[in-house]
Amino acid sequence: MEQMTYAQAAARAVADAMRQDPAVWCVGEDLGRGGVFKQYAGLPEEFGPDRISDAPISEAAIMGAAFGAALVGTRPIVEMRFADFALCATDELVNQIAKARFMFGGQSRAPMVIRKPMGMWRSSAAQHSQSLESWYVHIPGLVVCCPATPQDNYSMMRAAIACDDPVVYLEHKDIWALEGPVDVAESYAFGKARRRMEGDDLTIVSWSNTANVATQAAMTLAGEGVNADVLDLRSLWPWDKESVLESVRRTGHLLIAHESVQVGGFGAEVAATAAEHTPCRIKRLGSPRSLISYAPNLEDQLRVTEQMIVDAARAMYS
Amino acid sequence: MNRANYDRDRGMALLRMMERIRAFEEQAELAATRDELVLGAIHLSIGQEAIPAGLLPCLNTTDLLLSTHRGHGHTLAKGASPVAMMKELLGRAGGCCGGKGGSMHIADFGVGMLGANGVVGANIHIGAGAAHGAKLLGDGRIVVDIFGDGAINRGPFLEGLNWAGVFELPILFVCEDNQYSASTRTSDMTAGDGAAARARSFGIHTTEIDGNDAEAIADLAPELVARIRQTGQPEFLHARTYRLHGHTYFDPAAYRPKAESDRQWAEDDPIQRQRDVLASHGQQSDEIDKARSDAVTEMEAALADATIAPWPADNTVFDDVQDIGSPAQEAF
Repeated sequence: MEQMTYAQAAARAVADAMRQDPAVWCVGEDLGRGGVFKQYAGLPEEFGPDRISDAPISEAAIMGAAFGAALVGTRPIVEMRFADFALCATDELVNQIAKARFMFGGQSRAPMVIRKPMGMWRSSAAQHSQSLESWYVHIPGLVVCCPATPQDNYSMMRAAIACDDPVVYLEHKDIWALEGPVDVAESYAFGKARRRMEGDDLTIVSWSNTANVATQAAMTLAGEGVNADVLDLRSLWPWDKESVLESVRRTGHLLIAHESVQVGGFGAEVAATAAEHTPCRIKRLGSPRSLISYAPNLEDQLRVTEQMIVDAARAMYS
Repeated sequence: MNRANYDRDRGMALLRMMERIRAFEEQAELAATRDELVLGAIHLSIGQEAIPAGLLPCLNTTDLLLSTHRGHGHTLAKGASPVAMMKELLGRAGGCCGGKGGSMHIADFGVGMLGANGVVGANIHIGAGAAHGAKLLGDGRIVVDIFGDGAINRGPFLEGLNWAGVFELPILFVCEDNQYSASTRTSDMTAGDGAAARARSFGIHTTEIDGNDAEAIADLAPELVARIRQTGQPEFLHARTYRLHGHTYFDPAAYRPKAESDRQWAEDDPIQRQRDVLASHGQQSDEIDKARSDAVTEMEAALADATIAPWPADNTVFDDVQDIGSPAQEAF
């Protein structure tokens, strides 16, 4: 076990994979200096400019060219810098990358990791703060990952790089510096949730940084004698329906918490699935359907906080 | 325009390829209009055959091609099977994409044809990336990336050409300029001096050519390909041609004067031009005519084969979406 940050864990995973497989390379703006969040720190020095490649500010070409390079036998890791900027490359991801294998009748694969740092940190306003994970779950052909811890940012990154499908890999910007133990031998299987807390009273389903917030909330609840089963989904497609349903059948109460807009969010999919299969009580917590602000007090209006999760759990369980 | 040392064998090869492309598309059109067996849109390249016929046969099979929604000719000239292509147009099992793509997504990776594309211009930066990948792998493959004149007004044209220039990639960009962006005259919607001028502004070596002159294209193509292999640098070719049919097979092209297309048919049909070149160099007329009749026989047989091919099995709709979270296991 080594102690590392969320950003260092990803850099280590990329480096370990690149040492094993010369077909793996990274491309994106500012990678030559280790990436805008230092999530590629040390890699330019070890692997050089061809394999840790700078790029023009051409999101469509970064995505499109990496896709072309994937079609001919390389395994690109694409850095979009901000999930918001990746919208400039939507045709490339949705119409081209996600569909190529199917449209061409299985002749091709697009083994790519598409890194899209997402989420609110502080005062980055409406174009640098969004969480759009549910969009990508809606697109057949894509795998969708939302790691919440340094361990998962190592293990999930390794699995994403090894995967022959295109993986939309959404790291949360607010936890680059989050430290934790990382066992590089721990493997990850897509579609397996991590049980962050065990309990029989209430199921809390979350992902990305909100899973960390939910885990904190569950500790508070445990102090009050309410034991929550906290499931961090980790990947949203595929997602761990079995673990969620098993837990909900046991607890009878399902609380879903996510940072993204609640309306049409992935929480709705989890809630609907639970409602189809179990007679449980369901509550969702997500962002109101408004826009993320610069002013901190306005920004805070849209956050799902530890206190909100605690309050919602109390209200459900009491 | 008689030349000393004219290579009649090459001239006949050019004619045969153009006749094959035209006959394929005529049969595809019949399958759509007469037989109602082509259910989706097909975009015919009738009148544009000289570009693929002149350009693509000098590539290696392992070299790569990316094409457009108007890509039947490119695909055939890269070496794909017309039977598998026709089955694809009819959406049948045994089609090159298993009936999942149809005309607009035709691909044959076995001959380096990495796909037509239903989105205008979307193959430009993808093609640059294919060249980027080939360069990283150091495998010597080069890329030919063909797009239309309408594509030069999309972002991927700028981003893809810049990318190829910055990373010094082995790619030939070909603007197959048929003068129309669907029903709109491209010149009415294009500022400045167009494709070649824009390409030169990226410092990419650019050549302009009469895209209906198969002989001229076949003269130039080996030079361009050799230069790309030698320098590893991108090249740009602007080939002016004319789309003799409508945008799709069901578009009567009523937005342009009939006299314009009539004149093109009469004076600038690339196949008739090639027949005339061969005749003027002493090629027997029965040999010239046989190129046409052989092509029609081949493509009638391709359509007949496709017509009796079965539909793809229903459950193949769940195949080749993705390995992880595959709908074969978990559709909902």
